[in-house]
Amino acid sequence: MTSISQADRIDAVPEKFVSDRLARRQVRHAKERVIESILFLAAFVSVATTVGIVVILLKESLDFFQHVSLWDFLTDTQWTPLFADAHYGIVPLLSGTLVSSAVALLVAIPLGTIIAIYLSEFAPFTVREVAKPFLEMLGGVPTIVYGYFALLFVTPLLQMLYPELPGFNLLSAGLVMGIMIIPYVSSVSEDAMRAVPMALREGSYAMGATRFQTAIRVVTPAAFSGLAAAYILGISRAVGETMILAVAAGMQPNLTWNPLEPAATITAYIVQVALGDLPHGSIGYQSIFAAGLTLALVTLLFNVFGHLLRKRYRQVY
Amino acid sequence: MVATPAPEIAPVAATAAPVPPKKSESRGLGFYYGSYQALKNINMPIYEKKVTALIGPSGCGKSTYLRCFNRMHDLYPGNRYEGNIMLYPDDTNILNPDVDPIEVRMRISMVFQKPNPFPKSIYENVAYGLRVRGERKRALLDEKVEEALRGAALWEEVKNRLDDLAFNLSGGQQQRLCIARALATDPEMLLFDEPTSALDPIATASIEQLLAELKERITILIVTHNMQQAARVSDYTAYMYLGELIEFDATDTIFMKPRNKQTEDYITGRFG
Amino acid sequence: MSEAAKVREIRALIAAHKRWDLVFAMLGLLALMVGVLTFAALFGQMALEGAPRLSWDFFTHFPSRKPDQAGILSAWVGSTLVMIVTAATAVPLGVGAGVYLEEYAPRNWMTDLIEINVTNLAGVPSIVYGLLALGLFVYQFGFGQSILTAGLTLGLLILPVVIVATREAIRAIPAAIREGAYALGASKWQTTSDHILPYSLAGIMTGVIIGMARAIGETAPVITIGALTFIAFLPAAPFTGDPPAGLFEWILSPFTVMPIQMFNWTSRPEAAFQHNAAAAGLVLVVMTLSMNALAIYIRYRLRKNIKW
Repeated sequence: MTSISQADRIDAVPEKFVSDRLARRQVRHAKERVIESILFLAAFVSVATTVGIVVILLKESLDFFQHVSLWDFLTDTQWTPLFADAHYGIVPLLSGTLVSSAVALLVAIPLGTIIAIYLSEFAPFTVREVAKPFLEMLGGVPTIVYGYFALLFVTPLLQMLYPELPGFNLLSAGLVMGIMIIPYVSSVSEDAMRAVPMALREGSYAMGATRFQTAIRVVTPAAFSGLAAAYILGISRAVGETMILAVAAGMQPNLTWNPLEPAATITAYIVQVALGDLPHGSIGYQSIFAAGLTLALVTLLFNVFGHLLRKRYRQVY
Repeated sequence: MVATPAPEIAPVAATAAPVPPKKSESRGLGFYYGSYQALKNINMPIYEKKVTALIGPSGCGKSTYLRCFNRMHDLYPGNRYEGNIMLYPDDTNILNPDVDPIEVRMRISMVFQKPNPFPKSIYENVAYGLRVRGERKRALLDEKVEEALRGAALWEEVKNRLDDLAFNLSGGQQQRLCIARALATDPEMLLFDEPTSALDPIATASIEQLLAELKERITILIVTHNMQQAARVSDYTAYMYLGELIEFDATDTIFMKPRNKQTEDYITGRFG
Repeated sequence: MSEAAKVREIRALIAAHKRWDLVFAMLGLLALMVGVLTFAALFGQMALEGAPRLSWDFFTHFPSRKPDQAGILSAWVGSTLVMIVTAATAVPLGVGAGVYLEEYAPRNWMTDLIEINVTNLAGVPSIVYGLLALGLFVYQFGFGQSILTAGLTLGLLILPVVIVATREAIRAIPAAIREGAYALGASKWQTTSDHILPYSLAGIMTGVIIGMARAIGETAPVITIGALTFIAFLPAAPFTGDPPAGLFEWILSPFTVMPIQMFNWTSRPEAAFQHNAAAAGLVLVVMTLSMNALAIYIRYRLRKNIKW
C-alpha cells in the first residue's frame, strides 16, 4: 500500500466538518445555559427578597425579645418605647390599625362591590370605558396626597358636623383610606364577575328574571371566590397603609376603639421612629422590627385565609 | 276544542286530518345580526300541545329562529327583528318592542344545549323561576319543586338530596334539572335548543321519552341537528336552509314524501 | 285563572321588579360619584391652595425655613435620581424573571416556589420593604442612607408589577410565532430576543410605567431607610467628579424625594407651608397621573391593533 499524505486521506475533509460544527454547537449550548442561569437568578431574586424580609425581621425581633418578654409585648396596654418609663405593649398600635382598617373597609367593601356589579352587569359600554381608567387613576394617587387631603380637607369638613373632633383622628384617615381602596376591590370583583360564563346569565334571563335579579341571585354568588379575593386584597391594603394614617391620625399611640380619637397604627409608629435618629442596635431601633414583624404576620394571615377561601369555593365551569 | 280559523299558511297535506289549534305563528319573520340577514321571511305555525322540530344544516338559522321566541337576542346589542311572532290565544306579538321580553320569558321557557345549572342547590335551581316571580311560601315552593322534578323524571333520583349542589349531578341529570327548572313555572311553551347534543345515548333516550310525556301538557319547539331524533320525537317538522323556511309539514310527510327537492336532498344525506 | 288574567298579573309583577333595576343602576352611579367627587375635591383643593405657589422659583429653590422662599429643587432632583436607580433595578430583574418564568422554567417545585413568592411579595406592605432595606442595605451591606438604597428598595417593591406585566405581555403572543421561529432553527435565546421581547415590548412598557408611577409616590419605605426631610444641597451631579469612584458619588449621597418634601410641609402647622405642600402635591399628582394615563393609552392602543 503506497503511503497517502495526511491531507489526501479520504476521511480528512468530513472529519474537519464534523468537529467544526460540533464545536459551534457546544459554544451555542454553553451560551444558552449561561443566559438561562442569568434569567433564573433574576427570577430567584423574588425568593431572596422574601428570605431577606423574614431574616431581617426575625433577627432584629429576636434581639428585641431578649429585652422584652413576649407576654408583655402582647398584653401591656401602653406603647412608649422611647420614654424613660418604657412600655412595649403592641395592643395600642394594633387597635389603631384595626379601627382605621375597619372604617376603611366599611367604605370600600360595599362601594367597591356595588361599583363592580354595576360596571359588570348594568353599565352601558361608554360608562364602563370611562369609569375603569378613572378608577385606575384614583388608585394611582400617591398616598401622601391622600394624607394631605384627609388632614386638610376631610377633617375640617367633619369638624363642621362635629366640632369636638380632634385635628388628628382615625375617622378622617379611615374614610380617605377607604376611598383609596375602592379601586382595588372593584377591579378584582369586576374581573371575577365578568368571568362568570354568559350561559349562566342566559339561563337566568330565560326564566324571566330582571337584570337586577340575575346580577344578585346568579352572577354574584357564582363569582364568590373572586369577591372573597378582592375583599382580602382590600383588607391587606388597609392594614399595610402608612402615610394617610401618619399624617391624618397623628402618631401618638393610644389604646382606643373610638374612631373619633387620634391614634397611631403599627405603620405610623415605624415612620415616627424613622423620622427621628435612632442609633443602630438600640431597643428603639429594634422595636420597629418587632412592630413590622407583627404587621407582616397579620398580613400573611389574611393572605393565607384568602387563598384557602378561594380554593374552597372555586367553581370549575 | 276551540274551532280554529282557517290558517293563512296551509302547509298541511291534502289528507283531511283535523288541524290542531295554533299556539303561535310566525309571519314574515326576519332577523338581522347587524347588517347580516340571518332569517328571511319565515311564515310558520306552531301547533298547540304538539312537538315541532326545526332541522337543517349548520348555520341555517334554526337556533337563531328559536331564540326569537323568547327574545334572547335582546341581550346582545346590534340585533334587529322584522315581522311578527304571534302568541295565542291573546294575540300578543312577541316581537313588538312594546312587549316586555321578561313577560315573554315568563310564558315561554327555554332549555339550552349545554346544561347550565346555577351554582345553587338542586332545590334552589328548580325554585328559581318561582322566586323570581316573588313566590316565598315554603309549602307552595316545595309542592311546585316536587311536581317539576317529577315532570322531568328526576324526582326519584334526587328526592333525598335536594340540598346538594346541582354541579354534582351527571350531565344527563343536569339537563333534566334544567328541564325541571323550566317546567316549574308552568310555561305555555317550551323551547329546546339541541338539548341532547352534549349527552350520551342513554341520557338522550331518557330526554326523548320525557318529550313524549311533556307534549301532552305543553307546546314544544325543538331544534335538533340529529334528523333521526326529529323523526322520533316530533309531530311537525320544519326544514330550514340559509335562513329560509324551505318546507314545513307533518313529520311523516317530511321524512317520507317531501314536496321540495332540497328537503329530500337533506333528508337523504346528499349534503349535510 | 284565565290566560288573560294570568298575563295581567305577570305584567304587574314585572313592573314591580324592574323598579329594582332602576334603583340599583342609580346606586351604582352614586357609588361612582363618590370616587369622582373625592378626586375633584382633592385636585381642586390642591389647585386652589397650591397653584399660586407654582413658579420658576418654586422649582429651582431649596427648601427653607421661610415658606415663601422654599422650593422643591432638592426633592425633584432626588426623585429623578432615585427613579434612575429604581428603573435600573426593576427593569432587568423584572423582565428577566418574567422571561424566565414564561419561556424557560420547567414545571417543578422551584418554579412553584418562585411564583408563590412573586404573588406574595405583591401583597407585602411597602413599609416592610423599608424595614428590609434598613436592616439589609443600609447597615448590613453598608450602602448607607443613600440614593442607591432607595433605588434598590423601590426597585424590589415594584418588581412584582413588572414581572406580572412581562408575563402577560409574553402570554399574549400566539404560539404560532414562537413555533415559526423555532422551526427555522433559532435557539431559545434567539427566539426570545428577536421575537418574543420585541413583540411584548408595549405590554412590558405599560407595566414598567405603572410601576414607576407607583415608586415616585412612595413615601413610607424611603422615610424608613432614612431619607432626610430637610436637605438644602444637591447630590453631586452624576458622572462628574474624578473617575472611577467619583462617577458614582451621587449614588451614595444623602437625598430627599418629592413625597417626603410634601410630607414635611404638610406636618408644619403654618398655613404658608401647607400651601407649599399643596403645590408639591399638585406637581406630584400631575406627574403620577400623566404616567398612569400614558400607560393606559399604550394599553388601549395595544388592544386596538394586534398586528398578527
